[in-house]
Amino acid sequence: MTVETQTQGQPSTTAPVAPAIELIGVSKSFGPVQANKDIDMTVAKGAIHGIVGENGAGKSTLMSILYGFYKADAGEIKINGVTTEITDSHVAIASGIGMVHQHFMLVKPFTVLENVIMGAEDGPLLRPSLAKARKVLENLAHEYELDVDPDAIVGDLSVGFQQRVEILKALYREADILILDEPTGVLTPAEADHLFRILENLKSQGKTIVLITHKLREIMAVTDTVSVMRRGKMTATVKTSETSASELADLMVGRHVTLEVEKNPPNVGETILEVKNLCKTDGQGVKKLKDVSLQLKAGEILGVAGVAGNGQSDLLEIISGISAATSGEVSMRGESIDLTDKASAAMRRERGIGHVPEDRHALGLVLPFQTWENSVFGYHNNTEFSGKYGLANQKAMMEDTKKKIEKYDIRPTNPHLLASNYSGGNQQKIVIAREIENNPDVLLVGQPTRGVDIGAIEFIHKQIVELRDQGKAVLLVSVELEEILALSDRIIVMFDGVIQGERMPKDTNEQELGMLMAGIDPEASS
Amino acid sequence: MEFSTIIQILDSAVRLSTPLLLACLAGLYSERSGIFDIGLEGKMLAGAFAAGAMSAYAGMPVTEGGLGMTWGMAWMGVLAAVAVSIVLAMIHGFASITLRGNQLISGVAINFFAAGSTVLIGQHWFRSGGQTPPLSGAQRFGPINLPFADAVKDVPFLGPIYEGLISGHNILVYIAIATVPLTSWLLFRTRFGLRLRAVGENPGAVDTAGISVVRQRYAAVLIAGILCGLAGAYLSLGTSAAGFVKDMSAGKGFIALAALIFAKWRPRAALGACLLFGLLEAIGNRYQSIDLGAFVVPVQFMQALPYILTVVILAGFIGKAIPPAAGGEPYVKER
Repeated sequence: MTVETQTQGQPSTTAPVAPAIELIGVSKSFGPVQANKDIDMTVAKGAIHGIVGENGAGKSTLMSILYGFYKADAGEIKINGVTTEITDSHVAIASGIGMVHQHFMLVKPFTVLENVIMGAEDGPLLRPSLAKARKVLENLAHEYELDVDPDAIVGDLSVGFQQRVEILKALYREADILILDEPTGVLTPAEADHLFRILENLKSQGKTIVLITHKLREIMAVTDTVSVMRRGKMTATVKTSETSASELADLMVGRHVTLEVEKNPPNVGETILEVKNLCKTDGQGVKKLKDVSLQLKAGEILGVAGVAGNGQSDLLEIISGISAATSGEVSMRGESIDLTDKASAAMRRERGIGHVPEDRHALGLVLPFQTWENSVFGYHNNTEFSGKYGLANQKAMMEDTKKKIEKYDIRPTNPHLLASNYSGGNQQKIVIAREIENNPDVLLVGQPTRGVDIGAIEFIHKQIVELRDQGKAVLLVSVELEEILALSDRIIVMFDGVIQGERMPKDTNEQELGMLMAGIDPEASS
Repeated sequence: MEFSTIIQILDSAVRLSTPLLLACLAGLYSERSGIFDIGLEGKMLAGAFAAGAMSAYAGMPVTEGGLGMTWGMAWMGVLAAVAVSIVLAMIHGFASITLRGNQLISGVAINFFAAGSTVLIGQHWFRSGGQTPPLSGAQRFGPINLPFADAVKDVPFLGPIYEGLISGHNILVYIAIATVPLTSWLLFRTRFGLRLRAVGENPGAVDTAGISVVRQRYAAVLIAGILCGLAGAYLSLGTSAAGFVKDMSAGKGFIALAALIFAKWRPRAALGACLLFGLLEAIGNRYQSIDLGAFVVPVQFMQALPYILTVVILAGFIGKAIPPAAGGEPYVKER
């Protein structure tokens, strides 16, 4: 293991400065699960230090230890060279550590100011604290491009702004070390760029930043050094300038992985699914879909890009029979499909439309049920699963599940394990296996790799491409532009319920798609 | 309708809404901190018994085994009520905060415990069917006549309002009403209130800000205990019942919960909601039946009015009441 000891990015020319964070032999286990094993890590002062690793590699646990959320079983933590026992978040804050959590720790009905001062009030009465915070926020906004209306209700702000409030909270507490846990998961590309500018700004003011992410592109773009974690261990620490995304990916997974999706040119056939003038108005009168029309052809993957909440989910839900459309029509091979609320997902499956839902916990799986049950749900009335006297043929279901487990490399391989006991990647494989193995003509896929580790992403992508190579049509909805660009044969971008533009992957790039996602048409404006 | 009748009904409404208001504010503190409190009823009932029993005991001559006090017995009763109610509140807190149990079950258990134990202990101590001995004099809270009440009585309009409606209540009524602005100030103007509201919305945010979720919630539950104790003391020491009667809380704790939802967990609105419930009860008490010419509204309907309103409110007919986001959820640090 290489230990980074240089004081990189440190503008001062004086004698060596103690590192901002030094972890020595930190271990933590939850029952039989060893989340962190003997971790050594050094983060230089004034650097942006990345930590990468797959889901469950122990990144978040390590940072939670640093922030006093959990107590380490063993090991030593030095902050700015001083051994510190971080017993709770209070101590961490006092040592100058601030954390921006993946799931924001904000009180939604409170104003920005109230959120910022909570826990850092100056006295028993709020008024003086609020006045002071207003002034401090003004300065911070000026200094770091962190503009937020101090009187806005946090719940009304977009996620990008909510994240700024989280950063402001940390800065208000005079944090010198800022830890960000998966900060870009919910941001548009433009918001992410803005965030990185803020981080650069903070760095230039001498702050130390720890960035936890699974997005290697971000690591390569903004960090000075990067540590790789795998299965609770720190496997390497390297200078970003001396490594590459593919090398980091291999280090994370522990074997060679391909980040590029290998696929042949598509063999596009006739139109299978046609959507015409689809409109959807929700219960609050909000127009979610406005006159959406598209054609999906056999043998192609049509990618739908867009920031979450711009109508993609509604499109998926209507086509898959989960919710009703307000107007418009959808036809499959020329025959129209029932879009009223009498339709059901079961009816769609009979027509040959499979669906991998965006939210696998809410819609894809019944978490407290066993794998064999989950792997046949929706298809449990198929003839091959019906036994005598109209009862279910459990034996056939079990056999079928075992086949899927083997083919899709679902681990652990026990068909009796509860769905909730699997990692995100393996849960997703259960859903994908169920839908693909039923041999649909059209597969609707929502966020196929959300919360899924790199090794499994590679596998899932391969399955989707294979289905398309068999001449099936795939409608792929994803907020990950990289995924859209890598998989799609054709891309449409949705914004505010309309199709903002259509591009071919070879003729476009992330910048252009990002602008379309924000409602700007680069061609129209140029 | 005569003006004096209106004053009388309103005066009765104020008195009837006092225990509702105290219990409602108790629930407000608890639920704002994320702890659902269905046990308001039980705490109130236990408080009422403790107040009645203590006040009776304090006023009993020494020769008969009492304390033989001649003044302040009612206040002894209040202390006992608050103490007993706090004990029950802490049991609820222990079950729902420390042990992270189901808050509804814990609350229901407290209600049953209070309903059963008050009668059992009362019968054992006083041998009169679960009632405490009738209280009189300084064993109860008498009306307080505010200054100049008699002098301004004859001033038209304002005089009767001051003399008949504002003056002449016992101290607990004034305490209950004063608690409203106090609560409002505490919740929205102080650090304590900010943290209390935050812990009911997102305990994770409070925890990561370096504040103890557990301590904050216990503080809220403690305040709820104190206020329920006062509500109970009012029932047995401040009303015409003049002592504890079996099941005397009669569902007031649940109506207080309905008022809390109606008020959308806001203190000033809670005052309004409780006064409305009090008014309906006062009207029901005053008019045994109302003759509308075409048909007669039966007495049962009038008496059922507060409960009908409760059902209407709980069915969500009156706007959208959004409870604190983390209400009812034990706080567990996520892994």
